[in-house]
Amino acid sequence: MSEAPAAPRTASADGTALLLTPPVPRAGWRVLPARVAAMCAVELQKLRHDRTELYTRAVQPALWLLIFGQTFTRIRAIPTGGVPYIDYLAPGIIAQSAMFIAIFYGIQIIWERDAGILNKLLVTPTPRSALITGKAFAAGVKSLVQAVVVIVIAALLGVALTWNPLRLLGVALAVVLASVFFSCLSMTIAGIVLSRDRLMGFGQAITMPLFFGSNALYPVSVMPGWLQAVSKVNPLSYQVDALRGLLLGTPAHLAADFGVLAVAAAAGITAASALLGRLAR
Amino acid sequence: MTSDMPDVSGTAGAGEAAAAPGDPGAPSAATARGGVEAVSCTGLAHAFGETRAVDGLDLAVREGEVFGLLGPNGAGKTTAIRCITTLLPVPAGMVRVFGHDAAKEPMAVRRLLGYVPQQLSADSGLTGRENTALFARVFDVPRRERAARVDQALAAVGLADAADRLAGTYSGGMVRRLELAQALVSAPRLLILDEPTIGLDPIARTGVWEHINAVRAVTGMTVLVTTHYMDEADQYCDRVGLMHRGRVRALGTPAALRRGLAERQGADRLPTLEDVFRDVAGSGLEDHPAGGFRDVRSTRRTAHRVG
Repeated sequence: MSEAPAAPRTASADGTALLLTPPVPRAGWRVLPARVAAMCAVELQKLRHDRTELYTRAVQPALWLLIFGQTFTRIRAIPTGGVPYIDYLAPGIIAQSAMFIAIFYGIQIIWERDAGILNKLLVTPTPRSALITGKAFAAGVKSLVQAVVVIVIAALLGVALTWNPLRLLGVALAVVLASVFFSCLSMTIAGIVLSRDRLMGFGQAITMPLFFGSNALYPVSVMPGWLQAVSKVNPLSYQVDALRGLLLGTPAHLAADFGVLAVAAAAGITAASALLGRLAR
Repeated sequence: MTSDMPDVSGTAGAGEAAAAPGDPGAPSAATARGGVEAVSCTGLAHAFGETRAVDGLDLAVREGEVFGLLGPNGAGKTTAIRCITTLLPVPAGMVRVFGHDAAKEPMAVRRLLGYVPQQLSADSGLTGRENTALFARVFDVPRRERAARVDQALAAVGLADAADRLAGTYSGGMVRRLELAQALVSAPRLLILDEPTIGLDPIARTGVWEHINAVRAVTGMTVLVTTHYMDEADQYCDRVGLMHRGRVRALGTPAALRRGLAERQGADRLPTLEDVFRDVAGSGLEDHPAGGFRDVRSTRRTAHRVG
């Protein structure tokens, strides 16, 4: 009776044998990496099926580098410590484009809630913190793909970037950690406002202040005092500092940068996990 | 609590199920080893603000049966399901799934469950195979048997040939079957379906039920389904509970419930399950309490997506 519809493709005599035995649960610490891998795999599969977003999102950073970068390189108004302004700008734009992806990730969570996908995942043996961590790293993977695109654009525009694989690995780590934080910030707000429209508003309202209140476009030293204070607590500044140090070889505070990014990521995961229950109601 | 139930004497299930309520502190969940119920709710209550969606629900689903939880929008079906699936906390009463307390051991409960929510919840940006593989992964299916297990789940619902198409290109009935495959891939002991045929055309509805039955015949899993299509419940459920205003108001096999009403009314024609429901719910059917809005909205959304 079971085989009535659509003869099974598998050659085995019993086409449903595996559906009779439940899988053996993974124990303890191995649950988290497994869930993170599952969520990242889904994100990559989606990107493979539809790359439109990847291309449309490449337009804005390209314009920043092409127009803003080239113009300000001629003006020489911003003290960059000796490097051409477009070189100075490139790490900032890489960080910005990765942040834009992550900061709207909460919208996807709300969409998944509305579509029932989130509820279904919450009924699997996945602790909420593991689900959020998985989603956050999936956002990191998506941002990383975007960062690669921007790095290629920057290289084509003649920015002198490093090709040292160890440094590039550090760049990847910084992009992923920062995206984990920004996507968790977004999912935390999603857990508070609970609707896509309101989250859109919040996303628009915080992206530009985060961007302009960082060292992405100009060094902290030229900022007024109050903006320097904003920049000090803005994880984007630490990401840009790390990217600049790794990609251009300018003086950077790598230990502090990665420390702040890791702590911010952990705090974001904690906050978003705590609020995930509100989305499930 | 039991006094609310109409007399459905002669019903095979009513006696045993009605024995559970009474004192919520001493549930008979572990009736006896081997005789553990698939689902047992005792005095379950859940309110959204002023709206008491579930209000003292007593329910016992036996292992291996297809149990239908019936009722109109706002009756509390979906809220009850969400308590059983651990999506909502259990603020009052007790919920056990195969003896595991849903409030205290949610992970153990989730491992036993396959859940298909009311909305069409397959990810439209992934293929059928990828959608199913995700659930194999999050249920810890080891890599070496993942592909084979996903193949078997897709074949069991008749989607082997469409497995590599994006779910966004599927028809409503195909999406429902894909969701069934997603639920089956972890070999659940209890399959929970919330309005599985909502918004589907009659042929797709039959198709979904045929696949549910075929899979059940092979695996012997317990099925808990909510629906407001009384004809489907009559045809496919072993036992049904008629839910109204947060409680089960009548319980038994569809045939016994219909016979019971026929005897009470002395009608010459056998009443339908819908007649039984009208009898149970009385005049309160038209003005069911608020809180149904979200229910209706998501139903409409599903219907819209199905087209």
